[in-house]
Order: sequence, then C-alpha cells, then structure tokens
Amino acid sequence: MDVFLQQLINGLSLGSIYALVALGYTMVYGIIKLINFAHCDLYMVGAYIGYLCMTHAGLGFFPSLLLSMAGCMLLGVLIEKIAYKPLRNAPRISLLITAIGMSLLLEYGMMFFFSPNVRTYPPMTGLMARSFTVGGVLLSMQQVVIWLITLALMLLLQYLVHRTRAGRAMRAVSLDKDAARLMGIDIDATISYTFAIGSALAGAAGMLVGVYYNTINPLMGVLPGLKAFVAAVVGGIGIIPGAMAGGYLIGIVEVLVSGYGFSMYRDAIVFALLILILIVRPAGLLGKHEGEKV
Amino acid sequence: MGKHKKRILQLAFFAATYLAVAALIRAGTINDFSFAVIVTICINIILSSSLNMVTGFAGQFSLGHAGFMSIGAYVCALTILRRPTPLGFLLGMLGGALLAALVGLLVGLPTLRLRGDYLAIATLGMAEIIRVVFLNLEITNGAAGLSFIPQLVDWNWLFAATAGTLLLIANFLNSSPGRACIAIQEDEVAAEAVGVNTLRYKVTVFSLGAFFAGIGGALYAAYFYFIKPDLFGFSRSVDILVIVVVGGMGSLSGSVVASVLLMVVSTALQAYPALRMILYSLLLVAVMLFRPQGLMGSKEVADLVFTRFRRAEKTEKQGG
Repeated sequence: MDVFLQQLINGLSLGSIYALVALGYTMVYGIIKLINFAHCDLYMVGAYIGYLCMTHAGLGFFPSLLLSMAGCMLLGVLIEKIAYKPLRNAPRISLLITAIGMSLLLEYGMMFFFSPNVRTYPPMTGLMARSFTVGGVLLSMQQVVIWLITLALMLLLQYLVHRTRAGRAMRAVSLDKDAARLMGIDIDATISYTFAIGSALAGAAGMLVGVYYNTINPLMGVLPGLKAFVAAVVGGIGIIPGAMAGGYLIGIVEVLVSGYGFSMYRDAIVFALLILILIVRPAGLLGKHEGEKV
Repeated sequence: MGKHKKRILQLAFFAATYLAVAALIRAGTINDFSFAVIVTICINIILSSSLNMVTGFAGQFSLGHAGFMSIGAYVCALTILRRPTPLGFLLGMLGGALLAALVGLLVGLPTLRLRGDYLAIATLGMAEIIRVVFLNLEITNGAAGLSFIPQLVDWNWLFAATAGTLLLIANFLNSSPGRACIAIQEDEVAAEAVGVNTLRYKVTVFSLGAFFAGIGGALYAAYFYFIKPDLFGFSRSVDILVIVVVGGMGSLSGSVVASVLLMVVSTALQAYPALRMILYSLLLVAVMLFRPQGLMGSKEVADLVFTRFRRAEKTEKQGG
C-alpha cells in the first residue's frame, strides 16, 4: 500500500508537468487546429531560461520561474507571428510541417548556442530542499511546490478563460472563427493571446521539471512533449479540463507502470492507452462526440 | 495518346537512370560515399512515395511510417544474418514487407475509423509501440540493435526495388481501388454515398503503404550494416512526411524530386555540421511559407512536360 501511495505521489508530480504542457497543446489545437510541435521545445527553452537565471544571474526560484514564463511567452508569440500567421489559409499539413521546422530550429539552435551537453540545475536550498514523511510516504518540498504552482496556474487559467473578455473571445474563436469575426472579435490578437498563455505554461513546466529532475538538455522536450500531447488527446483535445485530467492520468499511469517493474514498457503502455481510448472514445474522456457533418 | 507518350517517357527515364548510374559505378566515378547517398535517396523515394500514396492520394494522415520501416528492417536483417545469400535477402525483404503489411492491416482496421489528426496520433502511438517492442525483444538485441548485417544491396537490387515500387504505386493509383482511394481523399462522405466501401479501401491502401515501407526498411538494413530501434523513432516518420509535403501531396514525382533535393541539400550542408540542422529547418519553414502546396503541388513532372495534353488529362487528374 505504501508503495502504491508513494508511486501515486510521484505520479501526481509528473502528471502536473504533463498537464501544464498539455494545456498549451490543447488550447492551440482548440483555436487553430494545429498540433504545435514546437510547443515541447518551448518547454525546453523554459527549462534553460530558468537554469540561466538561477546559475548565472543568481536569482531565486520564484523570480526565475516568472522570467522563464515571460521568456517563453514572448518566444511563443514570436513564433506564431513569424511562422504560423502567414499560413492561416494554407493547407493544414503545411502548417504542421512549419511547426516541425520551428521545433527543429529551436532544438538545434539551442544545441548550437548552448552546446548539446546535459546541464545540471543548482541544488535547491533552504525550505525547497526539505522533505518529510507523512504516513510512511516520503514527500519532498519540491513535489509540494510543483503541485501548488500547477494548481495556482490552473486556477489562474480558469479565471482568464471564463471570467475575462479575452477569455471569452478565445472561447468564441475556438467555437466558430467566422462567427466570432463577425461579432467584431480580433481573431489575430486572440490567437496570439492563446499562444502567449500556452507558452507561459510550458515555460513554467520546463522550469519545474528542471528543479524536479535536475538535468536538462536540448532534446529533453521531445518525448515529454509527445506524451503531453497524448494526454491532451486522451482528455479530449481542445477541452481545458480534459488536458488537466489527461495529464494527471498519463503521469500516474506512467509512474505506476515503472514502479511495478515494467519501466521498459512504460512508453508503450502510454501509447497503447492512447490507441485504446481513441478507439473507444475518439473525442477523448471529456469530449462530446460530434456527429458527422456533410 | 498522351498517356502512351508519358509511359514511354517514364520508362526511358528509368532506363537512362539505371544505365547512367551503372556506367558511373563501373567507371569508378561513384565512390562508396556517393553510393551511400544514392542508397539513401532511393530508400527515401520508396518511403516517401508509399507515404504519399497513403497521405497525399488517399488522405489518411499517418505519422507512423517509420514503424513499418523498422519491421521490414528487422525481419530482413534477422534473415540475412542467418542466410547471407541473395535468395535470403529476397526472402527477408518480402517477409519483412509482408509482416509490415499484416501489422498495417491489424492496426488499420480499428484506427482507420478515426479521421485526420486522430489517425495521425494513433499511428504515431503505434510506431512508438513497435519501437518499444523491438527495444525489449531478445532476438532483436534490444537497444544495442543488430550489427554486422551482411551488405547485400547493390545498384541492381536498389534500382529494381525503387523503380518497382514507383511503378506499382503509380499503377495502383490508376486502378479502380486506387481511384476509390483518391475519391475518399476528395470527400469521404460523398465516396461512401456512391458506394465506395471506404474502410476497406483505407485499410487496403494503408497496408499497401506499410508493405513498401517494409521494403524500404529491408534495403536500409541490408546496406547500412547496423540497425537499432532508435533509428526508426518519431523523427524518422517526420522526415518521411517532410519529403512528402515538400514534394507535394498527391504528386509521386514530387516525392522523387524532394527525396533527391533534400538529400542533396543535406549532403551539401555536411561541411557545416553545427549549422546543418538549423539551416535545414529554416529551409523547411521557408519552403512552406512561400510554397505551402509543396514544390510540385499535385502535378506530376510528366504533366509539366506534356502541357499540350493537360486539358485532355484534366478529367483524370492523377495520370502518370
């Protein structure tokens, strides 16, 4: 039982990170129907910005987190403006290839400027380095911080999406772009806003993963990115609570599978779960099935 | 009339390519390095034209082509490690391709009910599962992979496989099932309404694509000495898709042109290893920004040569 609880705790931490990344995928997909392959590399960039802030600028954890979110936000919007906006009316697959191109550019650009070597995050100090035992389960302060930050960001996101004018515009554009335009909503601004929020969440996730796992490298985003996207699809793509649920589900399943000795098969099991859910419930766990339109 | 001329032009082109490369090899102009480049180009042609058949012509967006390639590669490698003869190679290649087609059939039956991006994600998941299976199997030697695979591929094999794949795919697309697949791409609901059994043709074209991907994988294993699961990951599937889209979805000659061009660019950039992938990705974005429909659009080279016949050809768009 203790083992199970312990794995659940670890799964919640990994799941938080997947959920944060999945939110960006799902929001961008919801609004422009693009699998934004560059999103996982924004997560990597976020980890690097956090690393630079903490080692070279000597900033603390929270200022670094805010800076990496801000940096990713800028980069995300910039990529959207330069690479995706001109293709708004092009075939969707061209947009996808552009996203792949941007992803490669970020990965290899990072390798070129910062070397492909693995970097180590500075060890946490003070309160962040603490860990305590609750009911026979080891809980580190880092995990608690990851949960709390993820929770806070999700609440903030719910507020932004449901209680602000820009959030309402986002929902309207993802529902029906043309009708939204007729209602006087600035589509381009809304899309940029969506990219900004999604990228900031990815930046936060990158920074948190750096703190949690200590090592970062330019290709660190590829596999977690795929799994976060899987999480978004499992939860129902385009649905914000779906991405959160999917993220936690994938994180917990992955950790449980490795915890019980099948770590070699954990990626396969995650993807098998994906295929199963796609076959049984193609619209995802929280998605509504839409009838075919002619 | 135009049709016959096109066919003759095509065969003449194939024959000329074969003779030219064979002569250059005999003359010693093509050394081992440039032959390796030619092998890569031919394998890319096989992979991209088969993916184009599935994605460009039949409209089924697949991100798992590398998974099928790895099945062909492993089956062929395991066969020729035991029987390092041309017959062993032929059997391994066909066996690998058939197994890939079978897996394609099994995976396609449930997943091809999905559409668009969902299908892409399901195929991506399938390829990852295949990779993890090869990573864990005893016989495939796990992450270390198989090495010292006998190098049985020469220009004759390579040419036969590449030209054969292209001709078979072109003929398939001109056949009744091929046209049914194109109809599915144009409008699935309309195709179903006129009596096309959409699932059946989608599964057919998907496993046929898997078959050719298996052939490509077998050639890879029998030329490059060494295979491991990581060679056939997500990025390989993406590489193949990039060739298809850059060449033009729904243009077989576009896939050939893009296979050659991208390989030439990639080889030319080898002088600057650090900048290579950066320039490559910038080129990719630039091509998409300025020519979103790909280099050839959905036209074939032969269409451009025989512009006079284009009007007559328009009704059957996918000729050649």
